[in-house]
Amino acid sequence: MAKGRWNRWRDAIVAVTTWTAAILVAVVFVWLLADIVIGGIAKLSWTFLTEAPRDAGRAGGIAPILVSTALILAVCMVASVPLSLATAILLAEFTPADGIFGRVVRRSLDVLAGVPSIVFGLFGYAFFCNTLGLGFSILSGGLTLACMVLPLLIRTTEEGMRSLSDDYRRAAAALGMTRTTTIFKVLLPAALPSLIVGLILSIGRASAETAALIFTSGYVDRMPSSLWDSGRAITVHILDLAINVPGGTENAYATALVLVMALLIINSVASWLGQRWLRRSIVR
Amino acid sequence: MSALHEPVMTPITSVNGDDLPTPLRRRLLIEANCVTLCYGQHTAFRDITLPIEENSITALVGPSGCGKSSFLSCLNRLTDLYKQCKVTGSILFDGDDILRPNVDVLNLRRRVGLIFQKPNPLPLSIRENLTLPLREHGHGNTAELNRKVESVLVDVGLWDEVRDRLDSPALALSGGQQQRLCIARAIALEPDVLLLDEPCSALDPISSGVVEDRIASLRDRYTIVIVTHNLAQARRIADTTALLWVRDGAGHLVEYAPTREFFESPQQEITAAYIQGARG
Repeated sequence: MAKGRWNRWRDAIVAVTTWTAAILVAVVFVWLLADIVIGGIAKLSWTFLTEAPRDAGRAGGIAPILVSTALILAVCMVASVPLSLATAILLAEFTPADGIFGRVVRRSLDVLAGVPSIVFGLFGYAFFCNTLGLGFSILSGGLTLACMVLPLLIRTTEEGMRSLSDDYRRAAAALGMTRTTTIFKVLLPAALPSLIVGLILSIGRASAETAALIFTSGYVDRMPSSLWDSGRAITVHILDLAINVPGGTENAYATALVLVMALLIINSVASWLGQRWLRRSIVR
Repeated sequence: MSALHEPVMTPITSVNGDDLPTPLRRRLLIEANCVTLCYGQHTAFRDITLPIEENSITALVGPSGCGKSSFLSCLNRLTDLYKQCKVTGSILFDGDDILRPNVDVLNLRRRVGLIFQKPNPLPLSIRENLTLPLREHGHGNTAELNRKVESVLVDVGLWDEVRDRLDSPALALSGGQQQRLCIARAIALEPDVLLLDEPCSALDPISSGVVEDRIASLRDRYTIVIVTHNLAQARRIADTTALLWVRDGAGHLVEYAPTREFFESPQQEITAAYIQGARG
């Protein structure tokens, strides 16, 4: 009988522990979100989004910062998406999963994914800013971010394509279709949901990045007039307001709120698009 | 060219092989000579020599693992997809050896369609499943494609069931409908040969019956090679039947005869035992 009681106790302990852990995680997340909303909602307004910052960011809005951030992200995606698509196709379709070449490339990507962002920042500063002579610019920042998100994009795309049923490849081959058509008309569309997940994760990682951008796209909070201009990313702005500008806390909160909201919107729109696409072509 | 390649002048007077006398009456479209297939160290089947008559149904029967499906995939070189797979011997298709390295494989696969055991529509709409391969083989005209889509869907008896939802996902169809779509997709390419790898075994009895009727109805237009576990099915639809069996770890051909002779007066003991259900 004692054994039965102990078993019941054990179940109870496990239940309480897992619930506590889960609630703790949720509480931390809600707390964080609530803190940002409470601290920032008062300052948030249409003018905040459309005005230039004044008085080192204590007053005014964040319009140029939003534009710079969007441009940096755009450069990052334009550079990284085609590169990672091509690499992922090579890895998933043309190299055997256990081949030497595939293993070496995958291992290098994993190492690259684990490199701290400050190292990417220094590399970007040395290579894009100095060696290529791009200076502190949106271009340098975007390209540095592209290097950072490449491993993530490539691995998610590759996994997405590998997880597709071999039935598709056999069916297409038996119909005398070329590999090119098979990849672009059949496999990539079917893998689109995982491509979108990879894209969301990369955009999230890229827009949350600060360290890699301080050294590459710089600090200037003016409206950029070209990709060769320096531009202040939104996270750099938050950092600056929070650390270097006494009295900037309120605007730092408001800016953080904008960033969190933007990420939430991008995330939901992208997954909604992915679901819709999935329903159109595959019914599970 | 041997005499067997000459087109036969005598009209075909029977179906189901009932009145077919030996020697064979129809022209031979495919001749497999001493074909052996190895996956790495493992031999799937050895020295299979099998003639296949034009516009008839040839059934391949035999226990699991005797190389029936592997033999089918040699006939359209789908074996190329597997790196370790090595095929030797010769397979004459219309007089040309399709095992030569410089064969136009894409065109061969258009002319020799393969239907898999598990229906495998592409994750596209019903219409795209038919038009994508057609476009790949140079049919670009939309009006022509639409006519084609309708005519092949009518051929497989699917038109009335899907005419209102051609643009919905093919994977939403039932198993039997998917399999008929796969057959439609293959015949849209106007092949000479249809290879069917146990096309009914993944289907429920009713869908299986529908698919079987459709296959039987295609017999005059295509040369059909069907792998089946269902002896009654082979007996119902095949003109000629071949039995493969495993010997020394590899498949080989035991007997090949017009279906009626195969079932009524088998020459080999193994065949007799197999069709009586004593073996396999």
